Amino acid sequence: MKRDYLLFLLFTLVVLVAPLAFEGGYLLNVLVFMGINTMLAVALNLLLGFAGQISLGHAAFFGLGAYISGVLTANHGVNPWVALPIAALSVGVIAFLLGFPILKLKGHYLAMATLGFGIIVFIVFNETVEITGGPSGLTGIPTMKIGAMEFQGEMKSYYLIWGFTLLTMLLSINLDHSRIGRALRAIHDSEVASRVMGVNARFLKVQVFTLSAVISAVAGSLYAHTMTFVSPSSFGFNFSVELVTMVIIGGLGSIFGSFLGAALLTFLPELLRVVQDYDIVVYGLLLIVMTMYMPKGLAGGVASLARLLRPAKKRTVDHAQG
Amino acid sequence: MDLLQQLTQYAFSGFSTGAIYALIGLGFAIIYNSTGIINFAQGEFVMLGGVLTYFSLTVLRLPYLVAMAVAVAVTTAAGAAFERLTIRPLKSPSPLSLVIITIGGSIFIRGVAMLLWGKDTHALPPFSGNDPLTVGGASIMPQHLWIFGITLLIIAANKFFFYYTISGKAMRACSHNRTAASLVGIDVRKMVLLSFVISSAVGSLAGIIIAPLTMTAYDVGVMLGLKGFCAAIIGGMSSGFGTVLGGLLLGLLESFGAGLISSGYKDAIAFIVLLLILFIRPQGLFSKAQTERV
Repeated sequence: MKRDYLLFLLFTLVVLVAPLAFEGGYLLNVLVFMGINTMLAVALNLLLGFAGQISLGHAAFFGLGAYISGVLTANHGVNPWVALPIAALSVGVIAFLLGFPILKLKGHYLAMATLGFGIIVFIVFNETVEITGGPSGLTGIPTMKIGAMEFQGEMKSYYLIWGFTLLTMLLSINLDHSRIGRALRAIHDSEVASRVMGVNARFLKVQVFTLSAVISAVAGSLYAHTMTFVSPSSFGFNFSVELVTMVIIGGLGSIFGSFLGAALLTFLPELLRVVQDYDIVVYGLLLIVMTMYMPKGLAGGVASLARLLRPAKKRTVDHAQG
Repeated sequence: MDLLQQLTQYAFSGFSTGAIYALIGLGFAIIYNSTGIINFAQGEFVMLGGVLTYFSLTVLRLPYLVAMAVAVAVTTAAGAAFERLTIRPLKSPSPLSLVIITIGGSIFIRGVAMLLWGKDTHALPPFSGNDPLTVGGASIMPQHLWIFGITLLIIAANKFFFYYTISGKAMRACSHNRTAASLVGIDVRKMVLLSFVISSAVGSLAGIIIAPLTMTAYDVGVMLGLKGFCAAIIGGMSSGFGTVLGGLLLGLLESFGAGLISSGYKDAIAFIVLLLILFIRPQGLFSKAQTERV
């Protein structure tokens, strides 16, 4: 438990210092996106990794956050700092109401239902042209401001977004070590057994679904105010799958794993830019191979590597305790 | 064109897309019933059918029938390879890991198709002529008739296979109880492989017969696959009549919805229906509820 917080502290330091290494420019921009993706992956991990409930529609919550915030500020002149909580709250209400019927479903059926929801939202983004600007997108979204300081340019966006991302991670680590975190893991292992032990599985699943959606909406709102432009293509089915890929590759239930997954999937397209279009094939292979041979993801891989490197005597002691 | 003619027109196009959804849905149901897997890559088999036929036709310059046969054969081989390489080696398959593996498979197949054959959309030539026939004031393409005919044929063959052949009966036994089936000497693993073979073959056929009407490209599989899944869900995942009815119902709803309400929301209709059915009657419209065993 203490180790997680220590790791978090170290991680925070690295995040704070990192941009000094590359003063502005393209790479810093990539790091900004990495922050948003990390936030989304951690949010989805709460649902997928902790509670074991899949969602193939999380891009919809991300998109709803971005569009609600974007439309309010660009078309109705609302202050971004007001629009962000409104977006988060409305997405929270939607997710809460949707959560009850949808989380009654399990496995494949849940996957398909969340996927269907994602596609419906995507179609709405495209078709309500008078509000969202349709397929060509919504322009003129203002950036965030504190007093006279405007969060514009890579450096300021970086600290704004990573601030929220670090908060999300800390919240998730806390949740993981709380009674709720343990209850969620119990649901993951066996829902029936957890109910027998007195866990209100149904309500807890809805709660974590809502929390996960709200964090995604906050990420969406931040994304809209950083990019100052949104279009439906960023919130489609492919992005939902990409988010699931991040969580799986990083490792189910590992907060830092989600960061690793998000980092890999943010950098991979940049690296694969030379061999354009191959990225989709690589994603597909990664998903299959990781699920088959490394079900605990990168985080699990790192952990077992660390165990291997430690002296044998300590390992057996660890084993007895664990 | 008066209203009645228009409605007949919608009904025709609804029935023909519905027939396609039914075929794709059958593919889902066949695999689900013998393995308990929802194969998210099912739509890619449909795509492969259409795209492979187009390229055998234009690049390899094969005659139309041979091109179709090649497409079905290659898709079936891909289906079998997919099962053999990714599903079978799994030691402890959980629904979550199976969902992710089949999604990975579908992305992979789509990506390879894109790399091999590009991003363009292509139309296959219609099987017999392009002159519309007039039925009850509505015009209907000969291709619609081909779709009805071939769909009926496939459904009949399917029925025959599952009820009158040893392998078919063995597969039904697996769907009832895999352990019991293996106890009476059925090779369950072979049946799982067989289910992938059959459903990829059926899927590719669906992709071939729809391609002259709706064009084909590397990315058509996603939507078609999802619609087929809706059909199977409406039908309660039966590998028989329920799914066929589900497909037709979905096709009609979509075609009337697009015609009478808004064509932009056409795709949304299928998913709203899907969500409603999952929320209200997850066991499908035509079957009784089952209790969950722990």
